[in-house]
Amino acid sequence: MTVQSKLPLTAAETALVDQFGTRVGSLPGNANVVQIRDRAIQAIKENGLPTRRVEAWHYTDLRRLLAGVPADDPAADAADLEPVLSDAVRFTLKNGRIAATGRVESVTVQSMADALRADVSGVSLADHGIIDATGLINAAFVTDGFVVQVEDGAEPAHPVELQSLHDGGQAHVRNVVTVGEGSRATFFDRQAGSDAAVLDTAVTELKLRKNAEATWITVQETGEAATHLAQMNITLDENAKLTLFVVNLSGKIVRQEINADVLGEGADLTFRAVNLIGDDAHCDITLSLGHLVPNTTSTETVRNVVTGRAQGVFQGQIRVDQIAQKTDAQMACNTLLLSDDAGFSTKPELEIFADDVVCAHGATVAEIDHNHLFYLMARGISEKTARGLLIKAFVAEIVEELADERLIEALETRIDRWLEAHG
Amino acid sequence: MLEIKNLHARIAEDGTEIIKGLDLTVKPGEVAAIMGPNGSGKSTLSYILAGRDDYAVTEGDILYNGESILEMDPAERAAAGIFLAFQYPMEIPGVATMQFLKVAMNEQRKARGEAELTTPDFIRHVKEAAGDLEISMEMLKRPLNVGFSGGEKKRAEILQMKLLQPKLCVLDETDSGLDIDALKIVSDGVNSLRSPDRATIVITHYQRLLDYIVPDTVHVLSKGRIVKTGDKTLAHELEAHGYADIINAAA
Ligand SMILES: Nc1ncnc2c1ncn2[C@@H]1O[C@H](COP(=O)(O)OP(=O)(O)OP(=O)(O)O)[C@@H](O)[C@H]1O
Ligand SMILES: [Mg+2]
Repeated sequence: MTVQSKLPLTAAETALVDQFGTRVGSLPGNANVVQIRDRAIQAIKENGLPTRRVEAWHYTDLRRLLAGVPADDPAADAADLEPVLSDAVRFTLKNGRIAATGRVESVTVQSMADALRADVSGVSLADHGIIDATGLINAAFVTDGFVVQVEDGAEPAHPVELQSLHDGGQAHVRNVVTVGEGSRATFFDRQAGSDAAVLDTAVTELKLRKNAEATWITVQETGEAATHLAQMNITLDENAKLTLFVVNLSGKIVRQEINADVLGEGADLTFRAVNLIGDDAHCDITLSLGHLVPNTTSTETVRNVVTGRAQGVFQGQIRVDQIAQKTDAQMACNTLLLSDDAGFSTKPELEIFADDVVCAHGATVAEIDHNHLFYLMARGISEKTARGLLIKAFVAEIVEELADERLIEALETRIDRWLEAHG
Repeated sequence: MLEIKNLHARIAEDGTEIIKGLDLTVKPGEVAAIMGPNGSGKSTLSYILAGRDDYAVTEGDILYNGESILEMDPAERAAAGIFLAFQYPMEIPGVATMQFLKVAMNEQRKARGEAELTTPDFIRHVKEAAGDLEISMEMLKRPLNVGFSGGEKKRAEILQMKLLQPKLCVLDETDSGLDIDALKIVSDGVNSLRSPDRATIVITHYQRLLDYIVPDTVHVLSKGRIVKTGDKTLAHELEAHGYADIINAAA
C-alpha cells in the first residue's frame, strides 16, 4: 500500500513529523523503544495518513479529516473527573502524564513510561503495520500509561478506572491490562477533556487469562474539537469472559478500533456499543474479531443515534478460523437517524473458514417510527419528550443488559444529557 | 362539544380522498355510536380527530368546544381532553408502560398548568384503575403493549383513558378482541367515565357493545360521509338488516 507515497505531506502529517523531531529526545524509552518510535514516524512520513483507498479506513479518510495537529502542551491542566461509580479507584493521566494513582488490593499498577525505560516483558509498542495510523502515532508519541496486573484468583473490591484527560494539545496513552487466571474485575476507561483542540490517542492491550471474567466500560466524552484515535487489542484465553461496553458521547473525529482474538476454548465476548453522534462529529467503530479455536461464542450489538450533520461508521469483521468449529457469533448494528444530513455507514464482514458454525449479522438504519411518535403524542406527550422517549428506548435496551443498576443509571444519565442537548 | 362541518380529508401521501363531506355534532354528556362497513373511513375519522398527520384536511372544520383544532398537534389535542382508544394499539419496545403512563399524566398536567403527580400518588392512581379493569401490575412492568394479547391491549387503552380523564373519548372498535367477561369489564370502565361534561364516540360493528354502553345517537358512516343518524334503535335495525338498504337509500 504505497499509493499515497507520492502525495505531498499534509499540514497534519508535516506537524507530526516535525513535532516528533523536537520531542523524541524527551519521550520515555530505552534504545529499543526509540528505534520503534523512529520506525513508526518514518512509516507515517513515507506512507502518509490513511485515505479512503485503504480499506480499513474507507469510511474514515483520516488524511482528509485531520486538518492539523495542535502542539503538545505539557503544562495543560485538565479538570478532574469524577469516577462513573463512586467506589471506583481512579488512575489518572492528564495530557498523557500521570497525575494521580490509587491503590486497589490484589491489583498492581506500574507506570508505562517506567516500563518503556526498562525492558518489561509483555509491554511493547507493537503496531499493526503501515496502515495502522492509530498504533503508529501512539507508538511514536506515547508519554505514559498504566501497566495493570490483576493477580490470579482475585476479585478486587473496587473497579479500576483509567482516565485520560486533556485540555488541548496532545495526549498519547498506552495501557496494558492483564486479568489473572480465575479473576473477576471491572474496569472503566475514560477519555474526557475541554473543548480545546486535541490529538488524543489511546492504545490498550487487554488480556484475560484462563477463567478470568471482566467487564470493561469505555466512556468517551472528549470535547467538541477533539480527535480521539483509540485501539484495543484483546486476547481471551480458555473460558475467559469479557463484557466490553463502549459509549461514545462526543468528540469531533473519533475512531475506536477493537481487535479481539478469542484464543481459548469456551471463551465468550459480549461487545456492546452505544454511539451518540451529533453536530458535525465523525465517529467510527472498527471491530476485528477472530474466533481462532473451537467452541467459542460472541455477540456484538451496536446502537447508533446520529443527528445534525454527523457521520457514523461501524465496520464489523468476524474471522472464524478453519479449526474453530462450533463458533457462535451474532452481530447486529442498528442506527437511528434523526436528521436528513446525518449518515451512517455499516460494513459487516464474515470470513468463515470452518463449516460447523453459527454466524449472523444484521444492520438496520431507520428514522424514528412516526407511528410510535403519534401514539405517544396522542397521549399528550409533547413531540420533544416523545422523541426523547423513543430514542432512549432504542439505546436503553442494550444499556439495561448490564447487571449493575448503578451503572445503568450512570450511563442513562449521560444519555439523557446528550438527548437534552441534541434530541 | 364536537362539531365536524363538511369535513374533507385525504391521505397526505397519495392524495386519495377518504373523508368526503362529513358532518357530525356530539353534545356534552352524549354517547354517539358510529357504525359502518369496513373501509368506510371510521378509523380515519378517529385519527383525524386525534391529529395524525398522515391525513390532510382539505375542506371543512372540526370545532371542539367551539374552537377549531385543525392547527393543534396530537399532544395539544390530548392535553385539551381528546382521547383516542386505538383500534390497533401500537407496541413500543423499550418504553416501560409505567414510565409512559407517568410521563403522559405529568405532561398533560404540565400543559394545563397543574403540579406534577408525586410517585406514590401516581402508583395509587394506577393500582386503582388497573384493579377495576383486572389488569395485573406485572403486565404494566413490561414495555408498552409489547407482547400484550389483543384483549390486554384494549384494556390497557381504557386504563390510559381512566388515568388521563379526557373530555372527549373516541373508542375505535374497543370491543374487537375482547372476550365476553372483558367486554363487560371494559364497558363498565367506559361507563364509569360517563358524565354530563364528557362526550364519547363509540366506533363499533356490533350491537353487543351497545347493549353495555347504550348510545344516545347512532350514525352510519359510508364512503366518508354520515349517511344516516338515529337513536339506539338504528343500531338494532342495522344488526337485523345490514347496511345495504340504508346506504342505497342515501346514494
Ligand atoms: N394511510 C393510509 N394509506 C392507505 N390507505 C388508507 C390509509 N388510511 C386509510 N386508508 C384507506 O381508507 C379507507 C378507510 O379506512 P379506515 O381504516 O378508516 O376504515 P374503517 O371504516 O375504520 O374500516 P374497519 O371497519 O375495517 O376498521 C380504506 O380503504 C383504507 O384502506
Ligand atoms: Mg377501523
